[in-house]
Amino acid sequence: MKFVDEYRDSEVIKQLLGAIKHQLDDIPPRCRPWQIMEVCGGHTRAIYRFGLDKLLPKEIEFIHGPGCPVCVLPIQVIDQAFALALKPDVILCSYGDVMRVPGSSGSLIQAREQGADVRIVYSPRDALAVALNNPERQVVFLAIGFETTIPATAATLLAADKRQVSNFHLLVHHVCIEPPLLALLEEKDTAIDAFIAPGHVSTITGALPYLSVAATYHKPVVISGFEPADILQSTLMLLRQLQRGKAEVENQYTRAVQVFGNRAAQTTIDRVFELAETTEWRGLGKLRHSGYQLVKAYQRFDATRLISTPDQEETVDHTPCHCADVLCGKLTPDECPLFGRACKPTHPAGALMVSEEGACAAHWQYRQQEVEL
Amino acid sequence: MTSDRITLAHGGGSAEMQRLIQEMFLPTFDNSQLATMEDQARLNWQLQPGERLAFSTDTFVVSPLTFPGGDIATLAVNGTVNDVAMSGAVPKVLSCAMVIEEGLLQSQLQTLCQSMARAASAAGVQIVTGDTKVVPKGQADQLYINTSGLGVIASGVDLGTHRIAEGDHVLVSGPIGEHGATIISCREDLSLDADIASDCQPLHQLVCAMLAAIPGVKSLRDATRGGVAAVLHEFATASRLSILLSEQDIPVSAPVNAMCELLGFNPLHLACEGRLIAVVSAQHSEDCLAAMRNHPAGDQAAMIGRVITSAPSPVIIESSLGVKRALAPADGELLPRIC
Repeated sequence: MKFVDEYRDSEVIKQLLGAIKHQLDDIPPRCRPWQIMEVCGGHTRAIYRFGLDKLLPKEIEFIHGPGCPVCVLPIQVIDQAFALALKPDVILCSYGDVMRVPGSSGSLIQAREQGADVRIVYSPRDALAVALNNPERQVVFLAIGFETTIPATAATLLAADKRQVSNFHLLVHHVCIEPPLLALLEEKDTAIDAFIAPGHVSTITGALPYLSVAATYHKPVVISGFEPADILQSTLMLLRQLQRGKAEVENQYTRAVQVFGNRAAQTTIDRVFELAETTEWRGLGKLRHSGYQLVKAYQRFDATRLISTPDQEETVDHTPCHCADVLCGKLTPDECPLFGRACKPTHPAGALMVSEEGACAAHWQYRQQEVEL
Repeated sequence: MTSDRITLAHGGGSAEMQRLIQEMFLPTFDNSQLATMEDQARLNWQLQPGERLAFSTDTFVVSPLTFPGGDIATLAVNGTVNDVAMSGAVPKVLSCAMVIEEGLLQSQLQTLCQSMARAASAAGVQIVTGDTKVVPKGQADQLYINTSGLGVIASGVDLGTHRIAEGDHVLVSGPIGEHGATIISCREDLSLDADIASDCQPLHQLVCAMLAAIPGVKSLRDATRGGVAAVLHEFATASRLSILLSEQDIPVSAPVNAMCELLGFNPLHLACEGRLIAVVSAQHSEDCLAAMRNHPAGDQAAMIGRVITSAPSPVIIESSLGVKRALAPADGELLPRIC
């Protein structure tokens, strides 16, 4: 497959591994490994799938970051979606990997088992099509994700507005990539040395969200593609910065990312959304200016208006798991006492076990039994 | 026929039901056993010494009923034909029971019955007994079909997981995951436009060709739900050995690969409906592969792994980079990822 095979070529991979080892030789040894946080769940999945952590020298350790949109989804959003889905006139449309996220009453799969009409879509456009095909029903799209998916939601809302669709609604939990990174860096025992920044988010945002990571916190950042050669080349670029004592934002994913991002997509986001004062994150709590809400002109699309008591007391997340510690890099997935016992992909206790891009699900999928031959 | 849709009366033993049988099922499945209109097929088979019967049943529920490369009716024939054939048997007869949702168009049922008759004819089996039930609207999804099949295993043929041994080779008869990928691409709410067709086909003639070519075929299974991964886990668990796969040798077509990359699926977890996994002795593996590739149902067959001593994971996959990792079976429903 074009744009895939050439980035998985074993000769290219071997050369990059050799260059990384060579680069490490030029860095003075230290007592602990270099901790590189891959922010995005897509990178986490690729690292596990291709065994990159096993191929790399032990001096390099990947820490799995908060960039899986499903994993940082707070329980309150699932509860709202669950309540909406169970309303008889509602069709709830969702991305597939949100379906298993546990809420306090259950997951959306469990809502479907109770008779709710929950449909998996791949794009908000598909949800709008469901609304157009079912004019007598209220169609709610659970709009989640980082900057990667926000323009598609915004463009779909504008299309619905133009066609005067009155039965299409959004349950919005769109979030920004920068605040959780800064929150992690503010933690006093954070030991992260460098960041592999998400590729697809950056196609929209460009390098802007990472400038203060480099400038204020002096951590090198490389925006990376998702194939093994991309991730290894990004690792090499980070090591070069570390060796030279630099902290810059570099772009490895030049085939997709421009330094200023996608201006048209940014404009579309700004027409529809504005930053909310605070937004809740699973594992990180409330973060200021970290998520989006609909601008006043489009608030009639807000699905929470369909819930009779939108101001009900907020649900408290009683999940007895350690997702927060794993998200912050303080625990590895298998150090969580629930891992593989009370928490498995088929019945996740915490969100990190839900999506294959969550650190725990990826660890389970590829490592639940270490292969020693 | 008076109504163009199936009604509850068609399942109630009434004159409408008799008309359905007389005007649709009997002429379409046309054979002497059905024509007797008895409640059972009577099979006067004379088995030779050492011959055995193989008997299997499967129920088919698929949405949509028709998809590129097949429909529920061809699935119902080929699925059971293949289950019987994996014992090394030659499938002979099928039963067919239909659960129909009230309101299904008679013309659609007729089309599916014709499709079923064609699939049976192509597979060399007869549908010799059947049953029809109609349930009220909303209590089933259009049409469910159960088929059971009987076949004859020749004397001396003994396939099964009990024969799997360390060092055996694992072969697959063609590119994997095409049926599963096709059904996903047909789902109405995932507007994917993929150039994929189901691999649904009968495999018993391929099995005959393999058994005729070499003595070392040990165990066969068709990879349906749960995909190739599920079959390999069954082989490993039953034999108390492990299977080491070579990732780069696993045949996957470009469209299936692209869909898996896009949606975050593993092709090894996607269903097939016309692919078998064979465990064969190492010394006969090359000849078996040649025989498979000479048959249209196995022309893209490949050796994908070997049986190894029991390891911490039942199934291990080695990437082209030399990294070994556990291959987990599919977990519940396959859910496409967000981005």
